[in-house]
Amino acid sequence: MKAKFLVPLILFFALAGFLAFGLTLNPREVPSPLIDKPAPAFRLARLDDPASTFALEEMRGQVWLLNVWASWCVACRQEHPLLVRMAGQKLVPVVGLNYKEVRGDGAINARGMALEAETAMAVERARRWLADHGNPYVLSVLDIDGRVGIDFGVYGVPETFLIDAEGRIRYKHIGPITPDSLQQVILPKIEELRRAG
Amino acid sequence: MLADGFVKTLRALALAALFAASLPVTAQQPAADPGLAPAVAADPQLEADVQELSHKLRCLVCQNQSIAESNAPLAVDLRNQVREQLASGRSKGDVVDYLVARYGDFVLYEPPVKGTTLLLWGGPALLLMGGAGWLAYRLQRRSRELAATAGLSTAERQRARELLAGNASSSPESPESRS
Repeated sequence: MKAKFLVPLILFFALAGFLAFGLTLNPREVPSPLIDKPAPAFRLARLDDPASTFALEEMRGQVWLLNVWASWCVACRQEHPLLVRMAGQKLVPVVGLNYKEVRGDGAINARGMALEAETAMAVERARRWLADHGNPYVLSVLDIDGRVGIDFGVYGVPETFLIDAEGRIRYKHIGPITPDSLQQVILPKIEELRRAG
Repeated sequence: MLADGFVKTLRALALAALFAASLPVTAQQPAADPGLAPAVAADPQLEADVQELSHKLRCLVCQNQSIAESNAPLAVDLRNQVREQLASGRSKGDVVDYLVARYGDFVLYEPPVKGTTLLLWGGPALLLMGGAGWLAYRLQRRSRELAATAGLSTAERQRARELLAGNASSSPESPESRS
């Protein structure tokens, strides 16, 4: 009973503790409900050959990364050198999902643009960007209208999905991949999946 | 002074009038700009449904806005998705499920009642009950304490009467002796 005056103090520290913990959380990182669920099937035109398509099933049997990128995405430039280095070391196959290459660029008014014209422009821009910055992808596909992006729950670029041999999404990295997140999270997860598979 | 107040009132009135006049204009602004013109379904009932649903869904990019309010490209895409799916005859529940499956419960401004959100929904009621219980406890204890100390002794009564009568100055009990 003597220590009663401590009660508000303890309450204060408890509250401060919760708030301090809250500061360490990133409200921008929305946990994906797709983790451990089958990746949404898609079939999209390939960047290297827009006449042919690529489907998710073609990566079945492999642990791979799906990296969402666009030439207008500034943060992508931050992670790109790392992806290029990863590709050089052949750590893991990375498929690029080129997200809204033309209509996602705020500088372009793509409203009313014909799909063919938009696709042609997207191909031209995306190829030029990869030529300038290096191409770490086994291939890239064109998500012109962002529909596949919505299926994957993409709400910002870049995002990276780790997909297992059965085609399930096992991890989602939001924002640019950093050397730390690669070494400490992504690569260990890939190792784990490969051992399990 | 009076004139000053009058001018102030007038200014306030003028401002209010200006504000009222500007309201319809701002409401129509987006339609005037072709770049921002919102897509609208032909069927007014459908459009009303789209609007209603859009106000309940959070924009993932600007998280404190609904997809109805936000002009972020993703919000526009999601609005179009909502419109397209409602137009194709899917129910509002289907559309909500579609978005929740992709973006999680976070897209809902009104979180669903389930195991992980019980504290969220029950928290205010718990706090209220806890507070009411604590208050009841305190009040009860205080009334008990008051009851225990309420009665004055005969000597105290006598002294109080003397004090009220105004002839207590000669009392041997000085205020300092009480402690």
